Parts: sequence; structure tokens; C-alpha cells
Amino acid sequence: MADNGTKVLKNTAKDFSSGQDVRWCPGCGDYSILAQTQRTAPDLGIDIEKFVWISGIGCAARFPYYMNTYGMHGIHGRAPAIATGVKVNNPELSVWVASGDGDLLSIGGNHFIHACRRNIGLKILLFNNRIYGLTKGQYSPTSEKGKITKSTPFGSVDYPFNPLSLAVGAGASFVARALDRDPKHLQAMLKRAGEHKGTAFIEVYQNCNIFNDGAFEILTDKTTRDDNVIYLEHNKPMIFGKEKNKGIKLDGLNPVVVDIAEGKNSVNDLWVHDEFDKNSFRSHIISQFTEMENFPTPVGVLRQEHKSTYEDDLHLQLQEAKKTKGEGDLRKLLFSGNMWDVN
Amino acid sequence: MSKDVMELNDVTVRFAGDSGDGMQLTGSQFTNTTALVGNDLSTLPDYPAEIRAPAGTTYGVSGFQLHFSSNDIHTPGDQPDILVAMNPAALKVNLKDLKQSSTIIINVNSFDAKSLKLAHYENNPLEDGTLNGYNVVQVPLSNLTSTALEDSGLSAKEIARSKNFFALGMMYWLYSRPIEPTVDWIHKKFKNNEPIAKANEKALMAGYYFGENTELFTTRYQVEPAELPKGTYRNVTGNEALALGFVTASVKSKLPLFLGSYPITPASDILHELSKHKNFGVRTFQAEDEIAAVSAAIGAAFTGALAITTTSGPGVALKTEAIGLGVMTELPIVIIDVQRGGPSTGLPTKTEQSDLLQVMYGRNGEAPVVVLAANTPADCFNLALEASRIAIKYMVPVILLTDGYLANGSEPWKIPEPDSIPNIEVKFRTEKEGFHPYVRDENLSRPWAVPGTPGLEHRIGGLEKANITGDVSYDPQNHEFMVRLRAQKVKNVENDIPELEVTGDEDAELLVIGWGGTYGAITEAINKARKKGIKVAQAHLRYINPLPKNTGDVLKKYKHILCPELNMGQLSKIIASEYAISVEPYNKIQGLPFRSSEIETKIESILLGGK
Repeated sequence: MADNGTKVLKNTAKDFSSGQDVRWCPGCGDYSILAQTQRTAPDLGIDIEKFVWISGIGCAARFPYYMNTYGMHGIHGRAPAIATGVKVNNPELSVWVASGDGDLLSIGGNHFIHACRRNIGLKILLFNNRIYGLTKGQYSPTSEKGKITKSTPFGSVDYPFNPLSLAVGAGASFVARALDRDPKHLQAMLKRAGEHKGTAFIEVYQNCNIFNDGAFEILTDKTTRDDNVIYLEHNKPMIFGKEKNKGIKLDGLNPVVVDIAEGKNSVNDLWVHDEFDKNSFRSHIISQFTEMENFPTPVGVLRQEHKSTYEDDLHLQLQEAKKTKGEGDLRKLLFSGNMWDVN
Repeated sequence: MSKDVMELNDVTVRFAGDSGDGMQLTGSQFTNTTALVGNDLSTLPDYPAEIRAPAGTTYGVSGFQLHFSSNDIHTPGDQPDILVAMNPAALKVNLKDLKQSSTIIINVNSFDAKSLKLAHYENNPLEDGTLNGYNVVQVPLSNLTSTALEDSGLSAKEIARSKNFFALGMMYWLYSRPIEPTVDWIHKKFKNNEPIAKANEKALMAGYYFGENTELFTTRYQVEPAELPKGTYRNVTGNEALALGFVTASVKSKLPLFLGSYPITPASDILHELSKHKNFGVRTFQAEDEIAAVSAAIGAAFTGALAITTTSGPGVALKTEAIGLGVMTELPIVIIDVQRGGPSTGLPTKTEQSDLLQVMYGRNGEAPVVVLAANTPADCFNLALEASRIAIKYMVPVILLTDGYLANGSEPWKIPEPDSIPNIEVKFRTEKEGFHPYVRDENLSRPWAVPGTPGLEHRIGGLEKANITGDVSYDPQNHEFMVRLRAQKVKNVENDIPELEVTGDEDAELLVIGWGGTYGAITEAINKARKKGIKVAQAHLRYINPLPKNTGDVLKKYKHILCPELNMGQLSKIIASEYAISVEPYNKIQGLPFRSSEIETKIESILLGGK
């Protein structure tokens, strides 16, 4: 307790570590996500007992065991659904979901889109390594078409999901992307997600050094990343490149990459990123850079929106009902309808 | 014109018509009025899965059967004494259920060539002798309704819709029921549409006076109130009683009620009912699917809710893996399975008891849960409370079985005084000293430490846990220990439930044992058999896992054990495997409840030999 009687909230990263032996493969990108989460959590100013981590199945799903918070390691794909019950019943909790690309987008795809649609206050982290790790190397719903894996020796014939597009389409009110190898930026994204009211989705590109090593190397390697990643910042023009010479211009509905050093286009011609863009189709366009040739992969906060949350609306209804009908009276409830007396 | 009034003890009526004819409404109005008169009663709605099947077809026929009496009764009646058939299809579908002496009231206006053809009648059954022997009363119901409402200003189509009220009014006269409760109801229901309200009231009155004035009826009937135990009563369906039971459990445990549910026939009415009671803090979550519904309930249970999920057989199949998670995480959840005809989509609107083995054994691994089964519509209230109590006390998933027959059927319910219902004790763990997530109390239950409690942060999950510490454990000895412990925890519930009660003749050689919704039919069969001097005893299971402690001892006393079930013999299998006692299964798998006469005949054939 501090002198003024208020509780000192500031925990440290260590307070958030459960002390359990971490059992991911050495070199796994999950270590960074765990470390950044433990570092960021104290900054949210939330009592440690109010954090709840929920997971499904997969490598990422071990996450709750390593956090010294309340947690549940659930069943495959169902983390958003379990977390929904947690948040609805007690909206005061800070509820986080740790999930992988198979867990969240394949077996749990339905729960994911419906969590986004409802705008329920969950922070959903997608550890996207574009492969199934725990089952030892099958392609996932984010694996690129043609990917050769144990279950696709002749190459996969599936088209992948773009998780950002999916989240935007499903109505998530906070959509961001981060990289396991950019810890500072990842911390910033985690903090912002933690502060957001409503469904906050962060896709973290995470390297699986065993089954899909180097999947994001072009985005994280010092020599290539600047030309291949664009950091989205609110109210800032979309600039990227080693020389900060490239930018993105919106030509009607078509984005184009331009060189602002050549003289034809200036920084004033560039698309200024607006996280709060009312038109989600423009957010969708940005999410699509990921697959577009010669476009940089967008990271940062793609969009956010302030709208009422499922849990707040639900509890508002409970309060309204109590106001209009009065606090539930069991006798009145049971003794109602058409009654008659037998004497 | 004064008519004879004949006293009857016991009447079964059935209203049947097209899905759009309002037969469920007519039946439930007749039921409510009959309840107010003070008769004992039992109902059986029977409606098609199609919402609006093509008009006039046999598969669009909707029926509502009601049995009422001046005595204590247990079933909706084996065979109707009187059928109201609104069209040829309704006659065709229902004729086979009638006794030769039955009365059939027919809306003769609907027996035109087109309707006869739709019902696949080659000849008009009113003319070709099909109905010989029945007491047929042909009433021009449609025309009489039109005449009564000709000044109403309503369209012909709207007027046609009121004909069920005409039929209801006529039946009220015939069975000496008051019309006021329905008049009141009409004005409440149609308060925003006065012309319709007035038309329905007028049709109801017209039907009533038609009964009085027509020469078609020479006698009207009277059924005196039944001698029920003292108290205040209301009529409840199983689904209503269940919903009220869980609200009561929420109040009595001081826990918020959380329902995760996905709409499914015949369980959806529980969701509808509970969603009305938000002033009790009831959180209803209509999930994206069955799996999300149970998963959300598990999440809510983790945070200290009284968490339930309602479904039917196909939904239980989908929830299976999550129920296993409930077993492993040792969280209190109640899963309600309103059974219907299976397998697969099966017979969604029909009743069956074929999920017993599914809920007992249908999970991966050794995953025991507590299984309860309600007896009657009103018993759903009691077992909702009991399921909640056991789930919370033992930190265990409880599956509560009802069925389509109990869910939609109704009976008078003596409303309990809320103060007479015991509280459900809840112990949330708050003290840090000695806390481990899987430390055990005297019942082997682990502590319920909910998120938000400082200092008790812990992780649970589907991986095998070390006892006490709750750490993930792959240790072979620990796994066997934990499997046995979870089984023992469920078994311990046997010390906390009533013994199996036997009623009937003490020196009987035959015991009829049943479970769940067959209670009424078995009871009535036994009552009838005993009246004939046949010695027979009855036991009915409401607790199936664990079974009451004395079950084996009870069963061993009898030379013959008959086990009627609406399945292929699922309880028979359980009894055989638990006690190495073989019982004689008696199975019906038609999507329909037993008739008491079927069971009575079976009893006689066992004891008296032959058929």
C-alpha cells in the first residue's frame, strides 16, 4: 500500500512469470511474444488477479501456463468461446486469448469471427507461423498456396486466409499486426490492445524455426525488412523503404507504390493512414498489401473503432430490466401466470 | 333448451388440424381453463417439424392432446375420447388412435374435393362407412364462423383464422368450462389489434352458444375438480419448469445464472424463457454453435457463475469434447439434454430416451459425469435445483436428461414457497494459505477460486493434472490415480441422494423399473393392473449416475424385472453391467410416449402368461 492508501499497482515482468519451465523449442518466436507480454502487462495498470489467459490447443496454447495469472488451457479452437463466457460473466477481467493459425483460423474459425462480430472485450493474439507445429509440420490455413509439407508432398492446393482481412471483415474493432523479432513494436501493439475496449486482434508473425524456419525472414532481416515492411502510424503518410523514399498513394480505389524522391510525387500525395477510418473497405485495401506484388507488408494498427461492447450492452440490459421490472423477486416469479388454489 | 349433464371422471380430448389452424393455441387455452377449473391434467402436443407444411397435407397436421380428470392422473391419455378434426388430413392422421366409441367432431366445410385429395382420401370418409361405429358430429365450423363474423369488417382470410376459437367455444360448452379466462387472454394477446380480438371473442362465444342450441349435442359433460394436495397451482411445461428451476437455483446459490445455448428443437423454449428473466441477472448467450455454447458455459463457470447449457441429442454430440474439459478442469456446469428421436437429425419434434448411453459414456477417455433424469414436467423444476446443487458441491459436470414429451407436455404444479427451498451452499476459495488448485475437500472436490481473487492465480486445462498442485503431469501413476479419483468423486454423490423408492405391492414378484419421462405411463399402468388384483411393484430412477446405493438390493428381490424404455434397452444394459441382473427390456422406438395400456398388457403377459 502506498502512503495515500491506494494500492500500488506497478508489478514487474517477473511478477507475470509463473516460473514454470518454458517448453517451446529453443529459438521459437513464442519466447519473444511471452517476454514482450510479460514486459507490457505491468504498464496496463491492471491488478494481476484480473488477468485471465485462455488458450486452445497448439504450441501457442501453452502460453497461459507461463503467465502468473488466472488461465485456462482449453480445447482445440474453442479459446474465444471459453473466453467469451469469462468476459460476459465478469466484464471487469482483462481477458486474453493466445492462439495459433490452426487453432484460431481452422478449427476455431467460427468462434473467432463471431467474437469479432460481437465486439466482445477479448484481446486475441494470433501466433501466425503459417504451419502446424505441435502436430509436427502440416500446412495451415495461412500457409501459402503450393506449400510443401508433410501432408502436402505435392504442394498445398489451398488458398490461405489473410487474417487481417478476415478480422476487418468480421467487424473486429481493433486490428493490428506485429513481428516477433521487433520487440519494441510488439510491446506497443500489446499495450494498445490491452487498453482497447472491444475485440482487439493482433496477428503476430512468429517464426517456427523447426517446421517453417524463415517464413518471415524477408520482413525481419536487417537487409531486407525496410523495403518490405510498412509501419502504419495514425495520421502519418504511408512511407517505407531503406531510404524512406517509397510511399503508397491511393489512386481512386487502387493503391500504388510511388517513389517520392523522383520528384513526380511528393509526401503530400501519399495516403495518410487513418486508424479510425469509418470506411472499413480502405482498411481492407491496406490489409491486402500483404499479398500484393511489390507492396510492403503492413504492420501496426490497421484500424480501430469505438463501439459498444457485447458485455457492456448485455449488462446494460440486465440493469435496465432491474430498473423497469424491479430486482428479481422469486416468489413473484413462481407465483405468476394462471394460478388456482386447492383448499 | 336444457340438456342432460353427465358426470365423467376422466376425459381425453385431442384437437387436430392444419399447422396454420392454431391447434397448439386452442389446446393450450383449453388446458389453462381446465387447470383453473381444478382438474388434474396432462398434455401432449404433437406437431410437425415443418413450420408451415403445405396446407391440407397429412404431414402438416398438428395435434394437441389433453387428459383431464377428477382423479390424480399421470399421462396425457392413451386414446382420445373425443377428436376435433379441422380437416380431412387431421382425420386421416388421427383416426388410428381412436377407440370405436370415440366422438369425432368434424369441420364438415373442409371436406371438399381438394382437401380430400390432399389428404389422399379417394372417397369421402364421411360417406363411405370409414367412420361407422364412431360417434360423428358434423359441424359446419367454417361457415358458422363466417356467419358469426360477417359484420366484423375482417377479410375472409382473417375470419377463417378465427374458426379455432369457434371450435374451442363449442368444446368449452360441451365440457362445461368457463369461457372468461380465454376471453381475458384474447384481449391481452391482441391488445394492439382490437378488430381481431373482438372477432376471436365473438367466434368463441358463437361456438359456445352453438353447443347450447344445436341439436347435435344432446348431452354436455362435467368433470369435477380433482382432489389435489392443498396449495396454489399453475400449469407448467417441462421446459418452463426447468427454466424456473434454474432461476431459483441462481437465487438460492446467490450465483449469477449463465446460459450458453444454441437454438435446437425441443430445447429452445428454455432459452426463450430464461432470456425473459434479466431482472434476476440471468445472462443468456445465444452462441454461434453448440460447441461455443458449452465452452462459454465453462468459461463462465471458471469465473463463478451457475453455468448451464441447454440442448438436445445432436447438440450433446457436439458438446462432447467440451464436457470432457469440464470433467478435467473440475468445473461445475449443468448440461441439459432434452432428448428427441435420433440418430442424426432423426425426429426433431418427437420424443425418445435414446441419449442415455451417449451421456453416460459418449466421451473420449474415462470421463464420468453425474446424470439425472426428470420424471414429469413439474419434476424438471426439482431436478434443475438438484443438478445445480450437485455440480457446485462436487465441482463436476452434471447432465440433466429430459425429453420432448416432458419438455412440451404440461401438468399442474403445486408452486413451492421459495422460503421452503433450501439454499445452495457455495464456497469460493479466498484464503491463500494452503491453496492449490487441485487440493481436495472431504467430497474430493477441488476449490473454486475465481479470477479476480488476489493471490490465487492458477492455471487449469485439459491436460492431465497432478493431484493437489494442478501442475501438468504425464506421470503414469498420477494419471491412474486421477482417473480413479474423478470416478470416485462422482460415485461419492451416492451418499448425498435419496434411496430408490419402491411403491406398489410388497409381495409382488414383478418390479417395473423405469427412468425419466416414462414415469406417468408406467405409474398409470401399474395402478390399473393393481386394480385388477395383479401384484406388481414400481421403482423409477431419477439419479442414473451414480445410481442410488440400494438399487442392486431392490432389484435382487424380484423374480421378474420389466424395464420399459423409449429406446433399444439402454437402462437395461446399464443394470445388466452394474449388477449382473438381467431385466426384461420393453422397448418402443416410434417417437411417441408409451401408452399405459401397452405397459399394462406387458405386465399381464409376464405374470399371467400369454398375451
